[in-house]
Amino acid sequence: MTTPQPATGVCRRIIPCLDIRDGRTVKGIQFEQIRDAGDPVELAALYSRQGADELVFLDITATNEKRKTLVELVSKVAAQISIPFTVGGGIAAADDVAVLLQHGADKVSVNTAAYKRPQLLHELSRNFGSQCVVLAIDTKQEADGHWYVYLNGGRVKTDTLTLDWAKQAVDLGAGEILLTSMNHDGSKTGFATGITRQLVDALPVPVIASGGAGTMAHFKTVFEEARAEAALAASIFHYREIAIPELKQYLAGQGIRVRL
Amino acid sequence: MQIAIIKYNAGNVQSVQYALRRLNTEAIITDDPATLLAADRVIFPGVGHAHAAMQSLRENGLDQLIPQLRQPVLGICVGMQLLCRHSEEGDTPGLGIFDAEVRRFQREDNLASLKVPQIGWNNIYDCTSPLFKGVNEQAFVYYVHSYYATTGAHTVAKSSYGLTYSAALRKDNFYAVQFHAEKSAATGATILHNFLTLGQ
Repeated sequence: MTTPQPATGVCRRIIPCLDIRDGRTVKGIQFEQIRDAGDPVELAALYSRQGADELVFLDITATNEKRKTLVELVSKVAAQISIPFTVGGGIAAADDVAVLLQHGADKVSVNTAAYKRPQLLHELSRNFGSQCVVLAIDTKQEADGHWYVYLNGGRVKTDTLTLDWAKQAVDLGAGEILLTSMNHDGSKTGFATGITRQLVDALPVPVIASGGAGTMAHFKTVFEEARAEAALAASIFHYREIAIPELKQYLAGQGIRVRL
Repeated sequence: MQIAIIKYNAGNVQSVQYALRRLNTEAIITDDPATLLAADRVIFPGVGHAHAAMQSLRENGLDQLIPQLRQPVLGICVGMQLLCRHSEEGDTPGLGIFDAEVRRFQREDNLASLKVPQIGWNNIYDCTSPLFKGVNEQAFVYYVHSYYATTGAHTVAKSSYGLTYSAALRKDNFYAVQFHAEKSAATGATILHNFLTLGQ
């Protein structure tokens, strides 16, 4: 017996992000004023139980301190959770990725190293498949109105426009774009819908919007107006300002397709 | 019970091992024919490119071995696609277990808003296999794929993404799922558990 089935799309994803420093979850405001937000393995297990669709782990100090992401932590998380998770921070070569995947990561996120050596994206997609390669872009709107790519955890400005870099990265093999607006990060004033929508419309791959989530309505806006495939947030989940089950119920009630 | 995961050059097989570990089941990752033939269950995972994956199977003679397996076999994602007749990806002949073609999602066939690859959670329905014991119709599973298997006589679950495709296939001892059961939360764990306990 066949149930008539409408043509449906994939669900919009809610992705908690754990910024990791020295094995702890931390959270800053506009990339600074960093404070402790708990044990990453416990948080990961909690979010997984609550219905998070994926998790992202970013070792925020890895690039600066030339330190590799904590492989042990990845392994502990992989032992606990049965949803996909992405690990980023200081990844500069295929060998770095192989180690993370062997310890249970599903995808990796690359940022500064890919900008400095774009061929890295090609190498990673060839070795592991583009579904495994997330390009993270930290972006900031300058006084001239344009959105520029920033590197090294937001410390270094480039003259590259965000949309140009995103297009090039997808051509090279990036399978998803994780776009963080530095203007919005930690502000709780909502996501950067304009630049997110530009990337969503221009790119054939999913875009994860990040930075600025403060209310449940902000998620509705980023899904409806920016048409982001996924939305990422950190502090509102870590500090229990918004619970994931409540958020997903709200979005479903607003007619947005989510996994309940 | 001996569980073997087929080792070949196709992405992240470790996540399957981790998923089984969460079910308190240890599995070995191997390309040794004798070990694979003797295992009680064989899991054939895969991510990445079908053509490269098939080439890797051929290099080890695994393309000859897999169709001879008589114990329950579970293909996952590209593993499932390689068990079909043919894949459009790299114009790759498959192992021909399942009577299905593997085609690429065409954006023009779909709603304009659908991106390729499909990445994320989608529903399964018309589930008719012991694999889905205890799994609700419309349950959510996690997909990452640009290619899909057509529906046909061996389809035992469906999903829709612009069009309807095979979420799962079964023929005799060969089972396969397009989604990542190892990453599909409680639903995925149930499906893996069902595979491990088939016939029990």
